[in-house]
Amino acid sequence: MSESLIRLTELSMLFDGETVLDGLNLTINDSEFLTLLGPSGCGKTTTLRIIGGFLSPTSGDVFFNGRRINDVPPYKRQINTVFQKYALFPHLDVYENVAFGLRVAKLPKEEIDKRVTEMLGIVSLSGFEHRAVTSLSGGQQQRVAIARALVNHPKVLLLDEPLGALDLRLRKDMQNELKRIQQAMGITFIYVTHDQEEALTMSDHIVVMDKGHIQQIGTPEDIYNEPENAFVADFIGESNILDGVMLADYKVRIFGHSYVCLDSGFAKNEPVDVVIRPEDIDIVPAEAGVLTGTVTSVTFKGVHYDIIVDFGGFKWLIQTTDFQPVGAKIGIMLEPDAIHVMKKSVYSDSFGDYSSYSDEYDELEDDPEGLCDEE
Amino acid sequence: MRNKLLSAPYLVWMAMFTIVPLCVVVYFAFTSSATGAFTLDNILQIATYTPIFLRSIGYAIAATLICLLLGYPVAYVIAQARPGAQRFLYMLIMLPMCMSFLLRTLAWVSLLQDTGIINNLLGHFGIGPLPLIRNAGAVVAGMVYNYLPYMIMPLYTVIMKIDHSLIEAAEDLGCNGRQVFSRVVFPLSLPGIISGITMVFVPAVSTFYISQKLGSTSTTMIGDVIESQFKAAYNPNLGAAMSLVLMVLIFLSIGIMNRFAGADEDEVITV
Ligand SMILES: Nc1ncnc2c1ncn2[C@@H]1O[C@H](COP(=O)(O)OP(=O)(O)O)[C@@H](O)[C@H]1O
Ligand SMILES: [Mg+2]
Repeated sequence: MSESLIRLTELSMLFDGETVLDGLNLTINDSEFLTLLGPSGCGKTTTLRIIGGFLSPTSGDVFFNGRRINDVPPYKRQINTVFQKYALFPHLDVYENVAFGLRVAKLPKEEIDKRVTEMLGIVSLSGFEHRAVTSLSGGQQQRVAIARALVNHPKVLLLDEPLGALDLRLRKDMQNELKRIQQAMGITFIYVTHDQEEALTMSDHIVVMDKGHIQQIGTPEDIYNEPENAFVADFIGESNILDGVMLADYKVRIFGHSYVCLDSGFAKNEPVDVVIRPEDIDIVPAEAGVLTGTVTSVTFKGVHYDIIVDFGGFKWLIQTTDFQPVGAKIGIMLEPDAIHVMKKSVYSDSFGDYSSYSDEYDELEDDPEGLCDEE
Repeated sequence: MRNKLLSAPYLVWMAMFTIVPLCVVVYFAFTSSATGAFTLDNILQIATYTPIFLRSIGYAIAATLICLLLGYPVAYVIAQARPGAQRFLYMLIMLPMCMSFLLRTLAWVSLLQDTGIINNLLGHFGIGPLPLIRNAGAVVAGMVYNYLPYMIMPLYTVIMKIDHSLIEAAEDLGCNGRQVFSRVVFPLSLPGIISGITMVFVPAVSTFYISQKLGSTSTTMIGDVIESQFKAAYNPNLGAAMSLVLMVLIFLSIGIMNRFAGADEDEVITV
């Protein structure tokens, strides 16, 4: 299971002198579900295309089973791809699209028929054999694309935002479906998405990228609970990111108060970024809190309320199931495990501030991709 | 209502320049040149011209195939070039078409004739003069030169539109360069091939003048015979009958080709 299958070393890519990937190092294990997560333009597709063999890296190496494959053309790699826009062959019907790779490999007719039929069953497209691919819905085309790749039993499947064009409901179904297929067939999936929720749901490991750099590699729990810098904390879920000072191991000062935390290994009095997840904050009566503030805004979210609380000028986002009216004075408590301390980075001070809540936060809610677009 | 009104000019155009002339041709074809009475003589007389019909079709097929073999790689290379280069190359292909058809054919005369440019050049090396003109080869070459752009145009348009991700998908699924071509690029360019063949074959089979300038009496094509019926021989009724038969033959061959290629795509030009 945890045997390394693909290794990228010091991978860099330049387009017209523009650095798109900058010294990527990554090891991908056999049979794992690995997700490349990051805002659009961060280099996810480029990384995937290098693994698939459609691009040659400007520098650095790609290893497959320990063998350097930089110069191996795509058709000789045991890797198949589900392309971002499916790229189904319009001159072939559903059956022939799925059979394509097997025909190229010159498998016997009966074997092809058996595998195509079986694969169409797996992606719930039995009965669609002789439909024109252009007559299918987006979700159906997407499943043809997956079947066309998986029918070849590749060692690795590359998927570039395969669910991007589907509506929410279908996307959820397909997420489960893909995860099920991946586990059943034991194939390594390298999955690209800019949707953090999708990444958390499906992955064994997540690689968070920004601006051509890997920001963090870890399990979904690691990434969510122990973000390494303000970018990761902000990109994965909602975060209040505060300036703090590490007084000693397990002791951090925020807003002049000192708190017990679970982090250690920092220099004495080192300035740090402190992440507090909105759902980890306990609301208590004003007189019982370590901090007291005033509710300035309340939004109903279904399961919980998003409330913005003003602590003497600093605004925090808090998620609570108890309704708090605007103007209410409340206190908060912070358990040690609600506090996560990170080293300062280039991203410090650019994320996790809800002071301009009404414009910024709403915008992000309406358009999750707006968060990603740098253009 | 609006739609009908908008299409009125087109309908008038069609009536005046397609339907009416066609009726005139049919009328002439089935009437006697002497009496003006109904007759099948003109049509029956055509049997004696069968060899010329066959020769025209043979030359046209040869020219069309050569155009396809020459034109496909050219169209492919242009379609792969960078956008700026594409425009330039495409213009280069189209440029000769801005010149008169007659002039282009005459240029080949001075190129191929015994005292022409090629034989002159060869003469310097003590070769020749080679019989480059007044034969079937020269006629077909003239046709290829004149109609090649009509082959390249539709091929280029279709190849250019092939989504590059389809080529990557084919490579991804195990195709080497040759297989990418035979399994994806070629089938997807089939509509362009059909259009190209049609656009070259139709004018080639009915062409005149080329054979008069580059060929001999044994390479006469049906277009030349039809022309002579309206001019020197002055038998427009026979000329009309020949035109009519030629048209039917052309329609038949286009129909067969479209059926053969299974082409119901809308890109296919049905003349
Ligand atoms: N072929 C190319 N030529 C020039 N720039 C490119 C090319 N492909 C990608 N880029 C640039 O590289 C950056 C990363 O692109 P990409 O890997 O597609 O990002 P992502 O998939 O994460 O959205 C973008 O800024 C994009 O404009
Ligand atoms: Mg992308």
